[in-house]
Amino acid sequence: MIPVIIIGLGVIMLAAAVAAIYFKSLLASIISAGVISLLASVIYLILGSPDVAMTEASIGSGLTTVIFLFALHRVRKGKSDD
Amino acid sequence: MIKNIAVLLAVAGLLMIFLPVISGFQERENLNELAADYVDGSIHDLGTPNVVTSVIVTYRGLDTLGEVTVLFLATVGVGLLLKGRKEDMLRISSSELLETTSSVLVAMIMILGVYIFTHGHLTPGGGFQGGVVIASGFLLLMLSNVNAKISHSIMNFVESFSGVAYVGIGVAGMVLTIGFLNPGILPLGQFGDLFSAGAIPVIYSLIGLKVGSELTSILVTMRGE
Repeated sequence: MIPVIIIGLGVIMLAAAVAAIYFKSLLASIISAGVISLLASVIYLILGSPDVAMTEASIGSGLTTVIFLFALHRVRKGKSDD
Repeated sequence: MIKNIAVLLAVAGLLMIFLPVISGFQERENLNELAADYVDGSIHDLGTPNVVTSVIVTYRGLDTLGEVTVLFLATVGVGLLLKGRKEDMLRISSSELLETTSSVLVAMIMILGVYIFTHGHLTPGGGFQGGVVIASGFLLLMLSNVNAKISHSIMNFVESFSGVAYVGIGVAGMVLTIGFLNPGILPLGQFGDLFSAGAIPVIYSLIGLKVGSELTSILVTMRGE
């Protein structure tokens, strides 16, 4: 059962990674990249490493996504000023 | 066309590299010698139930100091690059729902962060995870209240204080015991208690404060002031 769940999560991660490249909107790409980290943290938890799972969930899918969003906002703002 | 062929070749090459690794994979029944030594030493020499913490703080303590230094340099870099742009503060007005919820949640998130790093030697998690949770609490505060002021000087003080204290504990370990960052400067105490495992909870709490204040100042800088 566990290998099936891990393979399923891995397939969704790959799909999210490809989607992050092909999305037209940068916002959707950023959120898609956050989903990859969130699913990776679930896999770490299933494999029995809660420490790494916590780090991945909080830094990978939480903080990095937010910093990307702040950066995107700043870039857009810089463009509209021109 | 040539681009596609190059991509296919690269994928085929990766497959050639990884296929032997995957096909020869077998789950290990026993820990290898080094890992067994760490697990044994973590419980008997250091009195730390969470083996990951004893590796991060003690056995590979110097690497952790380097990691914290890298994070510090990243913070300084972000601050330097985005310095002196006072006009473009991020002003997105928040909804009433977010404001009301965050007034309850921020305090609870902060307490969770402190819990994670003070219990780093007992339960999963530690300084880095707890620090990020604290930073996310500050983020919620910034999102819900546009006018929330988070003082740079307090963040800088907490950050420098915990950094200096971390290195100070390391040097104390060198003077009083056998080596740099040795947690034996404090008594081991009762196995599984909050105040046990020597200086490990102290070091991890300092790392938690340092990581939390650094990431919060990155967020404050990115938001603009």
